[in-house]
Amino acid sequence: MESGQLFNFVTLGYFIAMVLFITYLATRNSKVAFLAHLFCVAGVAVHTLAIGMRWYESYQMPGGVGHAPLSNLYESVVFFAWTILVIYLLIDFKYKQPSIGAFVLPFAFLGMTWAQLTLNTSIEPLVPALQSNWLTYHVLTCFLGYAAFAVACGVSIMYLIKVGKEEKGDGPIGGILGIFPSIRVLDDINYRAIMIGFPLLTLGIITGAAWANYAWGTYWSWDPKETWSLIVWFIYAAFLHARFTRGWVGRRAAWLSVIGFAATIFCYLGVNLVLSGLHSYGGGGM
Amino acid sequence: MNVKKTSSPDRLWDFFCSLKLTIFTLLMLAVTSIIGTVIQQDGAAEEYIKEYGRSNYELFQKMHLTDMYHSWWFVGLLGLFCVNLICCSIKNFPRVWKFVSQPMLVAGDGTYKNSANKAEFITKEPADELAQRLTDTLKSAFTRPTLTEVDGHLNLFAQKGIYSRFGAYMTHLSILIIMLGAIIGTVWGYKAYVNIVEGTSITQVWPRNGNQPIQLGYSVRCDKFEVEYYPGTMRPKEFRSLLTIVDNGKVIYDKAKIIVNEPLSYKGITFYQSSYGPAGTGTFEIEVTDNKSGDKLTVNPAQGQRVPLPNGFFFSVDDFTASYESYGAAAKLHVDTPEGKHRTPFIILQKFPQFDARRGGDFSFALKSYHQPQYTGLQVAKDPGVWIVWFGCFLMVFGSMSAFFFSHRRVWIRLSHEQGKTRVQMAANAHRNQAAFSLTFEELKKQIENTVTNKA
Repeated sequence: MESGQLFNFVTLGYFIAMVLFITYLATRNSKVAFLAHLFCVAGVAVHTLAIGMRWYESYQMPGGVGHAPLSNLYESVVFFAWTILVIYLLIDFKYKQPSIGAFVLPFAFLGMTWAQLTLNTSIEPLVPALQSNWLTYHVLTCFLGYAAFAVACGVSIMYLIKVGKEEKGDGPIGGILGIFPSIRVLDDINYRAIMIGFPLLTLGIITGAAWANYAWGTYWSWDPKETWSLIVWFIYAAFLHARFTRGWVGRRAAWLSVIGFAATIFCYLGVNLVLSGLHSYGGGGM
Repeated sequence: MNVKKTSSPDRLWDFFCSLKLTIFTLLMLAVTSIIGTVIQQDGAAEEYIKEYGRSNYELFQKMHLTDMYHSWWFVGLLGLFCVNLICCSIKNFPRVWKFVSQPMLVAGDGTYKNSANKAEFITKEPADELAQRLTDTLKSAFTRPTLTEVDGHLNLFAQKGIYSRFGAYMTHLSILIIMLGAIIGTVWGYKAYVNIVEGTSITQVWPRNGNQPIQLGYSVRCDKFEVEYYPGTMRPKEFRSLLTIVDNGKVIYDKAKIIVNEPLSYKGITFYQSSYGPAGTGTFEIEVTDNKSGDKLTVNPAQGQRVPLPNGFFFSVDDFTASYESYGAAAKLHVDTPEGKHRTPFIILQKFPQFDARRGGDFSFALKSYHQPQYTGLQVAKDPGVWIVWFGCFLMVFGSMSAFFFSHRRVWIRLSHEQGKTRVQMAANAHRNQAAFSLTFEELKKQIENTVTNKA
C-alpha cells in the first residue's frame, strides 16, 4: 500500500469523526462521542504511519531525493492536519468535552481534503536551501503552534455562539448549545491552547531565524513571511497580556483568538499564494 | 468624592507602565507591519511609479512606506514598546522579588480558611513529634519544608517552581537583549556580497547599501566551483565552492568547501554560498585528425577563435550547446580552405567521437570536453551582535516556557495545641493552572492524612 492511499483513509476517518461529533451535538449520546474519539485516535495513528511511509518512500526514489516529508505545500498541509489532531487529543484528554471536536475536526478534515484533491502530491527533490536540519525543527515547532491556535479558534467560535444565549439568561440553555461546555470553561480552554501555542510559535520563529542565518547570513530580513509570523506573535502577545486586564476576557478574547488564527492562516498560506518572498518555494506544487 | 490628585510625572509614569499601552502598541505593531508586506520594500523608484503612479509614490516617500521597518515612526513604535516593558518590569518586579527574599513562612487564619485547597485533621500526637514526621512526608512527596515556631504554633512551609514567577520578566528582558544584539549588528556589522571567478582571489566585498567596497584584510580565492544535479534532471542538488583564505601570506583555510546552509567564517566575517553563473568565454578541447596522414593534434580554442590547421587550413567553433536533443553536448564547426573559402558547417557530438570520421573531407574532429569558467556568488556578513541575539532567543524560550508551563506552588501546614490534642491545618496554592494543582493537592492531602493518622 502507498502513503497516498493511507492519506485517503485518514481523510475519510476525520470526515466520519467530524460527522459523529456533530451527531453527538444533536443526540447527546455518549456512545456516539466515544465512537468519534475512536475514529480520531485511529485516524491519527494511520496518519502517523502514512507520514512515516511517505518519508520511507522518498528514500526509495532514485537520485538521493530522500528527506523528511515537510518540504512542500502538500506535505505541510498534511502535517498541519496531523498536528491539529495531536493538540486536540491532548486538550480533549484533559478537559473531556466531546462537543469541541465538532469545531476542531473540520479544520483537519478540510486541510486533508484540500491537500488530497488539489495539491501536487509528488515527492520532489529538495532545492539546496531546504537541505538543512533546521527545516525539521522549524516546521515542527511552527505547526504545533499553529495547531494550538486552530483549537483555540474552534473553541472561541463555540464561545461566541454560546455567549449571546447565556447572557440573555432565559433559564438553562437547551438544545445543541446545552451540550457545549460553559462559557467559563470555553474561555479557559481558549487561554490554555494559546498558552501552549505561543511558546511554540516563539520557538518556530527563532528556529526560522537561526536557519536563515545559516543559509543567508541574516536572521531577520523583514520578508513577508517573517513579518507575518511576527504579526501573529504580536496578536497573541496582546491576547496574553489582555488577560491581565478586566474587560478583555470573554467575548473580546474570543474575537482576538479568531483574528489571531485568521492571521496565522494568512501567514501560512496567504503569504505564499498572495504575496512573494523568500519562502516562495513553499507555494510550489499548486 | 475623594479624588486623589496625581502630579504629571506620576501620570506619565502610570501611562508608560499601563497594560493598555502594551496592548495598544502590540496591536499597532501588528497592524502597521502589514503595510510593508503589501508594498514591496526597498524597490526602485521606477517600479513604484509604474505600479502606483507618481503622486502615490511621493506620498509613500513622505510616509517612509518604501522602507517602513527602518522609518522613524516604526522604530519609534518599537521604542515605545521597549519603554513600556521596561517600566512595567520596574514597577512589578519588587513584588515578585519579595516572594523570593521574604517567603511567606507562616500563613494566617485567612489562608487556612479561604484557600481553595485546604484540609484539617485532629490527632492526639504531640505537635513537635508530628511536625518531624510531616517534614519527612513533605520532603518525599513535595519538597523540603521550612519549620517556624510562632506563638507556640509550629508552621511548615514548602514551595516549588518559584522561578516561574520570573518567566515573564525573563521574556521581557530577552526582548531587550535581542534588540540590543540587533542594534550592535547594525552599527558594527554589515551585509555584503562578492562574486569570485574560479581561480581568482578577492580582498574586498561590496556592501548591500553603499558604493564603497569594504576591505576584508585578507584574501579569498575560489579554487573551484561545481554544481551537482539530481540525476536525469536540471534541478541543482548541491552547489559548492572550494575557498582558500590567505591572511598575511599564511594559508588559513585550504580549499574549504562551502555549500548552501554550510558557510565558512574567518575573523568574524562569514561567507555564504548564494548564487553562481558563467564567467567569460569557455574553451573547448578538440581532437583533430588529418585524414591524409593520420596525424592527430589537440587544440583548446574558445568559441569563434580561428585555429590554424596543417597545409594552410583553418577551423573555428561557431556554436555550442550543452544538450543537443538527446545526444548531449554538441558543437557546430566550420573549416576554411587555404584560399579562404568558407565550407559548410557541421556538427560534432561529445558522446560520439567517431561520428565525424564518416563525413569525409580533409580533417575529422572530435569534441573531447568543454570547460565554462564559473563565478561563485557569495553573501558576506559580519554581525558581532548575533551571539547576543541568540542568547536573547534562548532566554525568551526558557522564559516563556517557565512562564506558561510551570507555576509557583506553595504549601503551608500549622500545628496547634487544642485541649490536649493537636490540630493540623493545611492550605496550598498555585499561582497558575489551579485545576491541575488541585489534583496534586488531593494526592498530597492523602499522604499528610496518612502521616497524621499514622497509617503510613
